[in-house]
Amino acid sequence: MIARRLLQIALTLAVLSFCAFALIALMPGDPIEVAIAGDPRLTAEDAARLRTLHGLDRPFLERYLAWASGLVRGEFGYSRLFAQPVASLLLPALRSTLVLAGTALLIALVLGVALGALAASRPRTAPAVDAVAVMGQAMPTFWLGILLIIAFAVTLGWLPAGGSAEQGLGLAYLVLPVATLAVAHLAAYARHSAASLEATLTEPWIRTARARGAPERVVLWRHAFPNAALPVLQIAALDAGALAGGALVTETVFARPGMGKLLYDAVMGNDTNLALVALLLVALVTMLATLAADVAQRLLDPRLAQR
Amino acid sequence: MTRLAAGLAILGALALAAAAAPLVAAMLGHDPFAPDLLARFEPPSATHPLGTDDLGRDILLRLLHGARVSLAVGLAAALAATVIGTAAGLFAAWRGGVADALVMRLADFMLALPALPLLVLLAAADPSRIGLPARGEAAGDVLRIVVILALFGWIGVARLARAAALATFARDHVRAARALGASEARILLRHVLPALAAPVAVATALAVAGAILAESTLSFLGLGISPPAPSWGNMLANAQELVFSAPWAAVWPGLAIMLTVAGCTLVADGVRRRPGTR
Repeated sequence: MIARRLLQIALTLAVLSFCAFALIALMPGDPIEVAIAGDPRLTAEDAARLRTLHGLDRPFLERYLAWASGLVRGEFGYSRLFAQPVASLLLPALRSTLVLAGTALLIALVLGVALGALAASRPRTAPAVDAVAVMGQAMPTFWLGILLIIAFAVTLGWLPAGGSAEQGLGLAYLVLPVATLAVAHLAAYARHSAASLEATLTEPWIRTARARGAPERVVLWRHAFPNAALPVLQIAALDAGALAGGALVTETVFARPGMGKLLYDAVMGNDTNLALVALLLVALVTMLATLAADVAQRLLDPRLAQR
Repeated sequence: MTRLAAGLAILGALALAAAAAPLVAAMLGHDPFAPDLLARFEPPSATHPLGTDDLGRDILLRLLHGARVSLAVGLAAALAATVIGTAAGLFAAWRGGVADALVMRLADFMLALPALPLLVLLAAADPSRIGLPARGEAAGDVLRIVVILALFGWIGVARLARAAALATFARDHVRAARALGASEARILLRHVLPALAAPVAVATALAVAGAILAESTLSFLGLGISPPAPSWGNMLANAQELVFSAPWAAVWPGLAIMLTVAGCTLVADGVRRRPGTR
């Protein structure tokens, strides 16, 4: 299973790299045009010479193959925007995004399941939890980010409005972005775990457990929860990948370095090479995260592995 | 049913408000596009019910005009996604075999990729290179965003439509129609397509929600609807620069987006929970 999925991932990346490379041809300004805009003394002959030098006059397919074979050999090229090798930009950005998305996923799961359990075990709270969950899912991430900045950074002054620590984990810089990223996912988990728990609580074995005199807490967490958790984990598995890419908005709002912001800056700054490599890396991380979540799910639910 | 009613009420009220934008503008006597530098950052008052922004423009009027853009983009993108998705899902279920595999593999391929980074890259592409209006022109912006969002939106619709169509093809009334010698076109249009109404309605409502969120996100990032045309997303981008001088400017556009998306979610939930609908 894993070998086949890895092959699929490689194939998907190959197709994506070709499509994205073709798309970049549509992005405003090729590097030479940018160079001309930056230096008015460049003549048409200079531009033509530069195009030949960098191989921009070659056919599209040849350029793609040269670029792609470089990637495979681990040559990621150079970022024009940051004047650094792309490889040296990727690792710190990836680390920062994984810290942000991982923390957010964990918090969203714990709080979301707790909210769902509250709604399922105390039906009177269900409408309130449901309303909160619908609103949480409907809230645009960047709006929540701005509101949190206004409340906690501008008005109260407790936390920094953005950026990241020079060194170390920078917990203070992490609080608001994690909260922003977690809310939408938290709401989804709350809705799903509430629905799933409510359905499970009507099963016969729950009635048996209650008839046996098991306390409600034990019925909920020992008997109902492990069964109700599976659909929630399935949603979380789908999400695990989406989080890495979804962090783009949060990172941009809080000016927090990471893969998403790197990609966004590269796109806005016409740094096509960096944009392409960053996109491929985000896609790779997304698919690997989804695969890891699937494997984890199979380990937790033996019924899935048999299929 | 109450969910459906609540959702429809919210969306109806928003649509009415958007339609009434010129009327409100005439009543208040302001131009939502003209800067008025003597009236910057005014707090809410009788003449400016929600105050003014950094260029002295009335926030309420910009909000209503933004509603027209955001709702139009959301509806158009969702409609395009619904048409493409329903056709693709129905086709896949009808032909089966290689055609089915091709459509579903394409859907899987796109679902496996990180949507937001791809949207950003697509939105940044320069449409004038293939002969379309350049980025920054209002009509071109709307068209460009609608196309990009439909490109991603059809997948959810297609999956739901395909599942429902597969189930319907196996049902007795379709088999009876086939046995009676009904043409393929008649079977598809008269016997299978109507059975897709409920799942497709759910998928469309969710697609509208997704499109409005995506449009506002792209506009917020400066890749969607460009100022001076107001959209809820670019109003929020402007508001983020003003968190110190005009924090209230950030409240309303976000609230509008949240209400619209919640309305769509309620409609989708309501349709899904109706008896006889899965």
